[in-house]
Amino acid sequence: MTATQIRVKTGPVGAGKVRKPWTAGQIVLTVVGVAVSAVWVAPLAWALFTSLKSETEAVEVPPHWLPKVWTAQAWKAIFETGNITNWFVNSLVVSVCVTVVVLLVSALAGYGFARTEFRGKGALMGLVMAGLMVSPAVLGVPLFSTVQSMGMVDTYWGMILPQCAPAAMVYILYKFFQGIPRELEEAAFIDGAGRWRVFFTIIVPLSRPSLSAVGIFTFIASWNNFLWPYMVTNNPDLMTMPNGIATVMNSYGIQWAQLMAGGLMAGLPLIIVFVFFQRQIVSGVAHTGLAGQ
Amino acid sequence: MTTTNAEAALAPASKSIRSISSGDTESARARVGRALQHGGWFVAPFLVLFALFVIWPVLRGVYLSFTDANVSGVGANFVGWDNYREAFDDPLVWDSLGHSAYFTLLVVPCITVLAFLMAMLAHHIERAKWLWRLCFFAPFLLPSTVASNLWQWLFNPGTGMVNHVLGIDTPWLTDKSTAMLAVVITTLWWTVGFSFLLYLAALQTIPDHLYEAAKLDGANAWHRMVHITVPMLRNITGLVIALQILASLQVFDQAVVIYDFGPGPEESTRTFVQYTLEEGFTSYRVGYASAISIIFFVIIAAVALGRMWLLRKREEGVR
Repeated sequence: MTATQIRVKTGPVGAGKVRKPWTAGQIVLTVVGVAVSAVWVAPLAWALFTSLKSETEAVEVPPHWLPKVWTAQAWKAIFETGNITNWFVNSLVVSVCVTVVVLLVSALAGYGFARTEFRGKGALMGLVMAGLMVSPAVLGVPLFSTVQSMGMVDTYWGMILPQCAPAAMVYILYKFFQGIPRELEEAAFIDGAGRWRVFFTIIVPLSRPSLSAVGIFTFIASWNNFLWPYMVTNNPDLMTMPNGIATVMNSYGIQWAQLMAGGLMAGLPLIIVFVFFQRQIVSGVAHTGLAGQ
Repeated sequence: MTTTNAEAALAPASKSIRSISSGDTESARARVGRALQHGGWFVAPFLVLFALFVIWPVLRGVYLSFTDANVSGVGANFVGWDNYREAFDDPLVWDSLGHSAYFTLLVVPCITVLAFLMAMLAHHIERAKWLWRLCFFAPFLLPSTVASNLWQWLFNPGTGMVNHVLGIDTPWLTDKSTAMLAVVITTLWWTVGFSFLLYLAALQTIPDHLYEAAKLDGANAWHRMVHITVPMLRNITGLVIALQILASLQVFDQAVVIYDFGPGPEESTRTFVQYTLEEGFTSYRVGYASAISIIFFVIIAAVALGRMWLLRKREEGVR
């Protein structure tokens, strides 16, 4: 299965068509669907309601869903006292940089492996495949030691660069570029265009769906990445959202309402983006995931 | 798998160069030939990053694993196989490896079945398809630490909602027997959305005529699922299981956040990744931590290569 053909059908399916009747099967399925969705959404709703309680009400026993007194104190507090705006900006800087570098570097490499010839290509491709098995979780300590020897602990560089060599993305784009008909390029070569011009004027525009899939997936992974930023930063001013919430907000007497507000602030941007760009994100995630086949 | 792909890619290239029509033949061929050269530059930027942050750390890890390096890495002595010998006698290595394996054993089947059933629901309900996708997938968009904090609190015996809603009194996070289960439930809720999307995408590639033919033959919904859907999704199930095994063995975030960076009740949730980091950053034994990381790397590689071997064997079987 080539990754290109994967397209998840989305959007309002019934738009403009005649409404389908409620059969017994549809009623049962819908009821089950509502029940499962309720279970899946309940924790998020719980987080939201908790963030709108006072700290004392948040820890009342027994717990109750809706705040008796609605208050935005937790939200105010995290903006006034904590580092959370710093963390948000750090997260944004790191994820945007990682996404841009990954897109550029892996598109070039994917194309290089798929369409150009150079000595040692086969061996290098094998090495890249082997690199699929290396992650900060597997080799965290040696990776940290390497980054430390480069003097990049507690820097943006140290957080960003190690996330910028994703063998998986190179492999996905390599597979995709292999599927583009060679005739398209050859016509341009005969007209005298060089490799680079062909790449930027023919290949990149043709690959927009694949590139956006890789970009979306990389951004989500980087925004949510905890392990590597956790290892490489100690300075609270430099932390990203997941790291700051897990280490600083958890360290001295947890304030649950504030913690939930902070957590929502880390999670909501992606969820809101998802609501608006559902089609692209769904096909992006499915696309990058299925490419592993 | 790779090398064969790369070689296969070469074949059509030479063929199509030959097929370029005559006329301006010489120069056309020369131009295409010239364009094909110097491809190394495309790969160079990636290779630099790859060499610095993947290859070099692996080599450095192998080197450090034979030393008694501390956290600064300065003044390390060569100690031969001592670290590896120690690792095999270290009960915590086996304990933490066991915890990660136990977690994997619980998560993988649950997530696979759950993701499949949720995809079937979202695929077959005719109304509000976007709503099901949104609900099932949204947790995956949260950072792991946020999801874990949320469930840490939901599992809290007094103030948490889990016990309250179920009307039970389970000390989830303080009892050895439920401690890992809490991490598993958190993980299911948080990550099932990813596998769900893979299944959903795959479901849409099954041709409708298969179901129509089965319907004409009198197959009911259950038979259609068991005899058409499940077999048609065999590849995707293999992929979901493989990705989940590799990810689950590397579990770290959920366990440390839920148990406040500790080892859990009676040290029952310390995962392997957690142990390597404790040795490296808390005990400052970088040499030893590198050795157990290398052992872990070998395990992960064995799983990944095992899957490739299985895939190849099946492909050969089909031919």
